[in-house]
Amino acid sequence: MTVDVIVIFVLAAYVGFEIITKVPPQLHTPLMSGTNAITGIAVVGAMLSAGAGRSQLASWLGLIAMILASMNVVGGFLVTDRMLKMFGGKKERV
Amino acid sequence: MERAILDLAYLVAALCFITGLKRMSGPKTARAGNTLSAFGMLIAIIATLCEHSIVEYWQIGVGALIGGAIGAIMVKRVQMTSMPQLVAVLHGFGSAAAGLVAAAELVAELAHGGTIDPVHNGIIQFTAILSSLTVAGSFVAYGKLEEKITGRAVDWPMRHPLNALLLLGLLAIGAYLVHDPTQMGWFVVLNVGAALLGVLLVLSIGGADMPVVVSVLNSYAGIAGALAGFVIDSTVLIITGALVGASGMILSRIMCKAMNRSLANVLFGSFGGDAAKGPAGATITGTIRSTTAEDAAQLLAYSGSVVIVPGYGLAVAQAQHQVSELAQLLEKRGVDVKYAIHPVAGRMPGHMNVLLAEANVPYDKLVEMERINGELDRTDVVLVIGANDVVNPAARSNPQSPIYGMPILDVDKSKNIIVMKRGMNPGFAGIENELFYNPRTRMLFGDAKASLTKLVEETKAIE
Repeated sequence: MTVDVIVIFVLAAYVGFEIITKVPPQLHTPLMSGTNAITGIAVVGAMLSAGAGRSQLASWLGLIAMILASMNVVGGFLVTDRMLKMFGGKKERV
Repeated sequence: MERAILDLAYLVAALCFITGLKRMSGPKTARAGNTLSAFGMLIAIIATLCEHSIVEYWQIGVGALIGGAIGAIMVKRVQMTSMPQLVAVLHGFGSAAAGLVAAAELVAELAHGGTIDPVHNGIIQFTAILSSLTVAGSFVAYGKLEEKITGRAVDWPMRHPLNALLLLGLLAIGAYLVHDPTQMGWFVVLNVGAALLGVLLVLSIGGADMPVVVSVLNSYAGIAGALAGFVIDSTVLIITGALVGASGMILSRIMCKAMNRSLANVLFGSFGGDAAKGPAGATITGTIRSTTAEDAAQLLAYSGSVVIVPGYGLAVAQAQHQVSELAQLLEKRGVDVKYAIHPVAGRMPGHMNVLLAEANVPYDKLVEMERINGELDRTDVVLVIGANDVVNPAARSNPQSPIYGMPILDVDKSKNIIVMKRGMNPGFAGIENELFYNPRTRMLFGDAKASLTKLVEETKAIE
């Protein structure tokens, strides 16, 4: 643990605040499901735990993490896309 | 060298996430933004797979396949009205994954047989507490939204002291585990205890406050991810977690502001416990004037401007398509139709917009509260569908009311008000609404969908 990671965390949070405040309220639901999908980046950590010839238990925990994170990623991105499709493509009335 | 390439790939992924979120600032670019984020995720995954320290591809493949398939099926089946539930569950999965990553790290380090750096270990314990709390909280929120668990704010004696005691106990166990990480039994106790705390905390929050809860859980899931990133020293996890944590915090703040309450009040205030308690309850006297679909259709069809106020009742009745049909009929007759969207309409931030978008309502017809309030006194008819607290004038006039000070849609200022409601039950917050007794208000009782269908028929019949 070095100070570097804290610097990164704070800077990223700052960028987050700057970007998210510009998202209009009508898109808040897809915003939430979209940010939810990217928290699935824990999948990367899960892959490192599931693989890498570590202890059996660690590797099994990694497998479960892998399943959950995949659900998070796939589900999150798909549902966000489904919602945004409804917002985007309807310029003319039927 | 290899490590540098991997880190650069993660940097690209992080940039994709940030740019993707930036594109969420407008409905036209948002979809491409989401695709870009997904692309970033793909890069991160492929880069990690290429890292040669990963041997057991089969576990990774099996995990991704099972998880991905379940995720895809869930999403395909979900109704737009159930979006808050889905998001709550996904928060749960995300933080569970983060917690498991931290746990796996602890197990692996122990198997390595060395001592663990206390700071490192402390973060692992903290990740465990936060992620278990978030997982359990998410599932209780899911239960409340799905109405499998009571939507009331459950209260019990000594609630705050007991919760505080539990939290202190968890911190003590965490500290003990930092001192002696080999006590795996206590690690399990730590996780179970944190889950219990999550259950207790969310159980005592009322159904009407779920938009805040879902936002806060969003934030926690992000922070849990960032902590897991500290644990396994992964920059991309830290960046993503921080982004999401910030996002959830902002959304929680917006929701709280829309209800004129502090975050602490929402989370710990046990708001909306017993219906109509205190001086604000059931003291309004006056006459309720009900109307028929036929009369309501006449009023709407011959007016110049109509503002529709959709509330959660509309979503429950799945009547968004009928509303859209009615609006189109009226517009054909030359009526100016708009939708007034309160920030907390629906069960999560922006939920109502999604429901109306699903029914093909163009988003430029949806007007935010601040802008529509200036026009309401010039509006001929306001049609309130399944909304209650967000149109309750007590928020402006009655300092005794629990919702006093909450920004509301000033529908009582318009020339005519039609309120569609299932019955005379008070809303989620359990507060009486004097709008229903207003001389210019007509109540149209019944299920929102059935009433709207009738309204559509009656409007069609007018030539």
